Amino acid sequence: MAKVITAKEVAAMVKEGDKILFGTFLCAGAAQDLIDALVEAGTKNLQIVAISTDWDGKGIGKLFNSGQVKRAQISWNGGNKAAQSQYASKELDIEFNPQGSLMERIRAGGAGLGGFLTPTGIGTVIEEQRETLEVDGKKFILEKPIRGDFAFVKAAKADKVGNLTYSKTSRNSNPVMATAADVVIAEVDEIVETGDIDPEDIITPGLFVDYIVKSKKRTHEERIEMIKRPQ
Amino acid sequence: MLTKEQEMALIAGRIAQEMKDGYAVNLGIGYPTAIPNHLPKNVHVMIHSENGIVGMGPRPKTGEEDPDMINAGGASITAMKGASYVDSAASFAIIRGGHLSMTVLGALQVDQEGSIANWMIPGKFTPGMGGAMDLAVGAKQVVAALKHVDKDGKSKVVKKCDLPLTGYKSLTLIVTDMAFMRVTEKGLVLEEVAYWTNVDEVIKNTEAKLILPDKIGTFHLPE
Repeated sequence: MAKVITAKEVAAMVKEGDKILFGTFLCAGAAQDLIDALVEAGTKNLQIVAISTDWDGKGIGKLFNSGQVKRAQISWNGGNKAAQSQYASKELDIEFNPQGSLMERIRAGGAGLGGFLTPTGIGTVIEEQRETLEVDGKKFILEKPIRGDFAFVKAAKADKVGNLTYSKTSRNSNPVMATAADVVIAEVDEIVETGDIDPEDIITPGLFVDYIVKSKKRTHEERIEMIKRPQ
Repeated sequence: MLTKEQEMALIAGRIAQEMKDGYAVNLGIGYPTAIPNHLPKNVHVMIHSENGIVGMGPRPKTGEEDPDMINAGGASITAMKGASYVDSAASFAIIRGGHLSMTVLGALQVDQEGSIANWMIPGKFTPGMGGAMDLAVGAKQVVAALKHVDKDGKSKVVKKCDLPLTGYKSLTLIVTDMAFMRVTEKGLVLEEVAYWTNVDEVIKNTEAKLILPDKIGTFHLPE
């Protein structure tokens, strides 16, 4: 059984310097209440793993605006001015990863693998930063696994076991992140009785999920606003 | 001189001619986004977006946006009949595993060996590579879509990229507002020039060494 708790209780578990994996793609599928609670708690020196830094002041972007992030392992930082200026002034350490390699590193972390070999990045700066290996005459980059202290994921629905279903492109990296952290918290729009989700429809089995947080009710307009690129 | 709209239509329209019915494609930001508007009749493609959809449809009407439906650029989208959603790891398995017939990427610089640079300008601009490095090695055909020269008139089609690479020797085609070029083992072949210019102008504006076949075609604005 996954325990239902509040966003505030989740934020209180996070300590300075902890590493958090966030499922979000440009704010779609971001665990908004967990992010807001973390901003309110003000926990500093966080290490973040996510596809991008999201938009300025939106999604996990808020954690950069509030200056709570020390290090980020991401693939893109083109939409967040706060993170860009912190990176330029070296307040923020960014490790840029090809997005597919980043996802697979987290998948490897969750699947108990010591790493994997990929052709992505050969002949680029990524090759200079990594070990390479030759297999059957072809050169590959060795990518190592990533795990977190926490994973903050956003799902559409959970049952009381913690089984999760997602909604459309808000699924994105959430199911991957949910496999690779010591403590996994799922923020969900709806909690249903165990047995009410068809096992065929479950994307993340509840054994990956430790805690469930019920999302605040938001209007359609508010939800659209949350993903809109700031002008 | 072309207007911005003409330039977009010219490049996107020419690349659209390379699409075959049944292709699975990934289209980057910039010129590539206009390609679906110019697909030949009876050519239907499945558009993959790396944030997790195969079978992406057009933008929704204003007021019909869905907060759970965006593309890799963050814009609102719809799903085509037959679409499917995947998580990010599966989405990149599609890319790296060679399951895409073609990808079209915007570029800052390309070279005669087929290398592409599109993710940073040192000291100026570091947005990050996003999914572009995986697309550059994974898709069966990798097409670069870019303006032929920069705002100072300097060629973006060079002998060897000096910007940090996204993909090393990974391009199949380079399509600009001036030329349609194919990357071959012998070098970069100028197959067609845009209707508004000529072979001499293209050579003058290209730093890369171009191979000139006996017959060089012309490409036009789409109808």
